[in-house]
Amino acid sequence: MLQATIPGMPPGMVEGAEVLMGMGLLFDATRCIGCGACSSACKEQNKLPGEVEEVLTAYTWTTVQEKEGINVRRLCMHCEVPTCVSVCPVAALTKTPEGPVVYDAERCMGCRYCMMACPFEIPKYQWDRPVPVIGKCILCAGRLKEGRPTACAEACPTGATLFGKKEDLIWEARTRIRQKPGAYVDHIYGLTEAGGTSVMMISNVPFEKMGLKTNLPAEPPAMRTWQVLSNIPDFVGVWGVLLYGVHWITARREDVAKGGSDGHGPDHGRRGRS
Amino acid sequence: MNTTATLSPRRFRPGFWTAVFVVLFLAFCTVTVIRFTKGLGAVTNLSDQFPWGLWIGFDLLCGVGLAAGAFTLTAVVHLFNLKRFEPIVRPTILTGFLGYAFVIVALLLDLGQPWRIWHAIVYWNPHSVMFEVAWCVMLYTTVLAIEFSPVVLERFGFHAPARLIHRLITPLVILGVLLSTLHQSSLGSLYLIVPSKLHPLWYSPMMPLHFYISAIGAGIGMVILESYLSKRAFHRHLEMDLLEPLARGMVVALGIYGLMRLQGIARNHAFASILDFGYEGQMFLLEFTLGVILPVALMSFHRLRSHPDWLVGGAFLAVLGFVMNRLNVSITGMEAASGTRYLPSGMEIIVSVGLVATGMAVFAFAVRTFSIFPEGPVTGSRRPEEGG
Repeated sequence: MLQATIPGMPPGMVEGAEVLMGMGLLFDATRCIGCGACSSACKEQNKLPGEVEEVLTAYTWTTVQEKEGINVRRLCMHCEVPTCVSVCPVAALTKTPEGPVVYDAERCMGCRYCMMACPFEIPKYQWDRPVPVIGKCILCAGRLKEGRPTACAEACPTGATLFGKKEDLIWEARTRIRQKPGAYVDHIYGLTEAGGTSVMMISNVPFEKMGLKTNLPAEPPAMRTWQVLSNIPDFVGVWGVLLYGVHWITARREDVAKGGSDGHGPDHGRRGRS
Repeated sequence: MNTTATLSPRRFRPGFWTAVFVVLFLAFCTVTVIRFTKGLGAVTNLSDQFPWGLWIGFDLLCGVGLAAGAFTLTAVVHLFNLKRFEPIVRPTILTGFLGYAFVIVALLLDLGQPWRIWHAIVYWNPHSVMFEVAWCVMLYTTVLAIEFSPVVLERFGFHAPARLIHRLITPLVILGVLLSTLHQSSLGSLYLIVPSKLHPLWYSPMMPLHFYISAIGAGIGMVILESYLSKRAFHRHLEMDLLEPLARGMVVALGIYGLMRLQGIARNHAFASILDFGYEGQMFLLEFTLGVILPVALMSFHRLRSHPDWLVGGAFLAVLGFVMNRLNVSITGMEAASGTRYLPSGMEIIVSVGLVATGMAVFAFAVRTFSIFPEGPVTGSRRPEEGG
């Protein structure tokens, strides 16, 4: 069932993704008590100013929302084929082999295409600053490199947020759903959404009622643009030759009409506007 | 009309329109200062839910699209060899160049850190449509500047470099058409990435083609409109013998585009959302009836095409429909998924209007200084700021 390579991934978009499955988070909504320890730990870890807000902002990278009597964490899903990584014109966003989608604020020029394109509506912007950058969860990429779990998972008192290898987390999620039939919706959110994500969620409430997007196709959105972009080199060649051909024919026709046919007619190239 | 006897040629007399322009320009400068000291949040109605607004929907998408007349006409004249259209090439290239300059200035305001715009040249991401658009816009603006440069060079007596550019015109035009084809369609590709967000009345895998063909149609409409405004402002005649056949081209482009749009809606099974007559359905009907069906129907009649008023009216509808389409794709169609409503702020509108006015003022200055029209520099006009 598990595939190390995502079918249809634009080649070369995620370095090392062909061999590594990476780390991730599993959020079990049935175990979350809404204490907000994850959000506070995140603020501290990433030195984000201000109080934890109810919605994600450039300064609140994760938050717990209450929907339909259940607590749901909001944070970057860390897609396997991230839309934000594909759309960033300056490659400020990258997917690391360990799992996190990280952001290089030094490269970003603030076009906000990532915000527009993200199917989960995660990247947020510093609207109040004259020199703004994007803010979003980076799955504690620095801690992961040191072999430590994310700050939110470490802070969680109930185990609602689990950190681990993605394949282990999927196994765990499936076990929980199977062992208590009826206690969970029979779906792991993030397994297929937008091509699959490193952060996954299970719940006893339908995901659309938790405010999560459930209309996301399993094909990564990045494929839709890549199908167009990958054809550009071919297109340039064919279209260029075609255009020159049109010019060649029409100019030749004019030469012939003038009666100046001497068998070779590339003389027309020199005619400019007079 | 002959009051210019006491004036030297090209003498500029400020009037009502000059005053309007100066006020708009000062307002534009004020907003720019606030934007760069207080951030985008202080001047725009943009938010985390709605990160792209008027400056992308109108300034970028319409600025580039309505400049499409330049590549269309240069292709008609230099590649299809229809030399009789030559007299309107220069004003069209100028309009095109000003359109792209307009886009670049707007982008500098919209980008969070515009001083990093060169990053797109250094840090590559070939998976990004935006990356491709950035390169094409950059290169094509250069091509337009080179195509226009003989006008300036001749004015100052540099005939040798002007002749060199004349000799290179064919490869230049081909390059221009290639780059235009790529980025005009790519503005549509920008929205391919949001299948779950853009309303099915507008989303289609064929959006790149929709954007390309509608830009050709509206670009031609813009050539006609620009001729009309020049006629009004500089007391020129309308080149009906050239504009009438151009309107035929416009009908063909808009007709193909209209059919493709209907096909896309059928594919998405979205006709129901028109019949619902909801917000999106109404906006679509307005856009499609006014901007596609009506101009195609009217301009199909030779009698109407040959009448200056009807011709200009048809061109205006095509341009209006184009602007409505781009605003619907970038704003109307994205609102439902974002869970919020977006209306541009007064300051956002000031920037867009101020930039259009500046473009018109530069156009008016250029036609007075250079030989843009076949009869040479315009002299003694009484309504300076109305061209463009």
